[in-house]
Amino acid sequence: MSSFVVSFRKNTTENTHVPPSTPFWVMVRREISSHIRSWRFVLLLGLVALTFFGSIYVSFGNIRDAVNNVKDPDHLFLYLKLLTTTDGNLPAFHVLLSFLGPLLGISLGFDAVNSEKQNGTLVRILAQPVYRDNLLLSKFTGSLVLVGVLFLVLTLIMVGAGIFVTGVMIEVEEALRILSFAIICVMYVGFWLSLSILLSIAFTQPATSALAAIGVWLFLTVFYQIGISMVVKALVPNTSIMSETDILSYNELLFRLLRLAPSQLFTDATTTLLMPSVRSLGPITMEQMAGAIPSPLSYKESLMIVWPQVSGLIAATFACFALSYYLFMRREVRS
Amino acid sequence: MENPIIELRGLTKCYGSVKAVDDLNLNIQKGEIFGLLGPNGAGKTTTILMMLGLTEPTAGTAHVCGYNATTSPIPVKRKVGYMPDSLGFYDNMTALENLMYVGELNGIPQAEIKERALSVMRMVGLENEIDKKTSAYSRGMKQRLGLADVLIKQPDVVILDEPTLGIDPSGVKEFLTLIRQLSRQQGLTVLLSSHHLHHVQQVCDRVGIFVKGKLLVEGNMDTLSKNIFERKSFEVLVTLRNNLTLPWEHESEFLQLDGVKQLGVNEREITVTCSHDNTPEIVRLFVLKGYEVMGVQRKEHGLDDIYQKYFENSLN
Repeated sequence: MSSFVVSFRKNTTENTHVPPSTPFWVMVRREISSHIRSWRFVLLLGLVALTFFGSIYVSFGNIRDAVNNVKDPDHLFLYLKLLTTTDGNLPAFHVLLSFLGPLLGISLGFDAVNSEKQNGTLVRILAQPVYRDNLLLSKFTGSLVLVGVLFLVLTLIMVGAGIFVTGVMIEVEEALRILSFAIICVMYVGFWLSLSILLSIAFTQPATSALAAIGVWLFLTVFYQIGISMVVKALVPNTSIMSETDILSYNELLFRLLRLAPSQLFTDATTTLLMPSVRSLGPITMEQMAGAIPSPLSYKESLMIVWPQVSGLIAATFACFALSYYLFMRREVRS
Repeated sequence: MENPIIELRGLTKCYGSVKAVDDLNLNIQKGEIFGLLGPNGAGKTTTILMMLGLTEPTAGTAHVCGYNATTSPIPVKRKVGYMPDSLGFYDNMTALENLMYVGELNGIPQAEIKERALSVMRMVGLENEIDKKTSAYSRGMKQRLGLADVLIKQPDVVILDEPTLGIDPSGVKEFLTLIRQLSRQQGLTVLLSSHHLHHVQQVCDRVGIFVKGKLLVEGNMDTLSKNIFERKSFEVLVTLRNNLTLPWEHESEFLQLDGVKQLGVNEREITVTCSHDNTPEIVRLFVLKGYEVMGVQRKEHGLDDIYQKYFENSLN
């Protein structure tokens, strides 16, 4: 009996013994806590929350019309409607997010490495027994965890409020779509985050890297579209003498070029996921449309349509991150 | 013989065509306080970074605690505490949180981490400033916190890069005393880099003078000064009670003393330059001639002269 007690005691002490967490997770934890305590994050949180509640408020006001609109094949997806319905004054949440996402990513990452270097904390931390890449990875993971939690919370609030107000239970497909929407949002912010971390390694001044990141963002959202349409217009001969297939192929080219911008990828992906009746992201010919019933696609089919977009976003994120690794691993640490 | 705890072999680092560190060989034994002395830009920090594996050497190896710092930096960093010259802390955290963070990174168990942080804070005399944000710390306090930060991991080797930079004179003395005390009590090996001669002179067992990437000389103070001033003459300054009248009647007698080369008379002070140290004979002669000797000063060559001498040599 006593030996049993002893062995039990041994077990409990072993169980209560907390092993020290690995340096990587320690760093992630510090990253998250320093973000949460910073004014910067509070401001961003306020901005995102304001946008979210504003657009949800508008959609709650118009939800009755949207759901009663039988001409719309999506009218029965109550929760998707909550996310996408607008009255024309305020854009829908996912549209606003294509602007806010970059801001969120950039502001969480633009001074990730260079401010630490300037403060002198970088050398001190790297002199501890941690791998150099863990620092970079912890910055990325920490911010991404924060963004992920933020979007998950917002989505859950939306669903909860929806259930509370309308009394309609959410369907599995809607839940899946909304969850994928949140994941794509996180990936989109992740792209901008890795871009801004890359710039924070490349430039020594945080102000410069912030400006560079905002420059890239402005270029991709405003000037890129204008530039592409100008180029395509110059390339395209007179439309009146072109055959239908030629017009179609030029249109396809235009879309392909536009999709090099991550914001386009994000818009495409979220639109398809949140509007089940969207069947194609490019132009569709009459033959393709012939015989098609205007009905919503299943979740799997919508996901198939946006898969290239999603992989494009992930690829862009990884490319930026790999480049940051390359730059950072060989960089001199002394200021 | 015991293996040296820090062993640098042919360590070289080039930045483009500039050789920051040039074929450096150095052994440091356990428990020693070694001072790396050199002007700004001599390559001291680069050498230190190579010892920690934070910079890759162009050629040569750095072994610290038996590990190759370039190929296995993690075990080296576990044993070595490094205090950089530009110390920075996370300003939005308190001093204790900063310390505990470093402790966590070193894998100190959660249960003892706070206790250990508090004990090192006490050791460096910051026990009353535990919960202050580090942004409110003064330079000297940051330096102390930096030392605490190094000590929390209980290192075998402590590397301090310009630890006395920006602290007031009394602070420096206190800080260096603390370092010496810790080294003696805990058997720590300390490598100290500085361009302040006097600071190094106060605490170091052995000094290496480092100019333009080259270690010109190493050894303790005595051997260093002996090496340089072997050929140089000694000077004895004798102060008398009364002024001497010029011309001085006993001048020739003093010049006849063994080894005396030159006499300089300035009212009550006589400077005797001689080829070797014969202070007693000189004083005896003064007494014999009935002079009232107030003071005798043998001019010793401090680190300043040594430093100056080496810099002159290296510049030529």
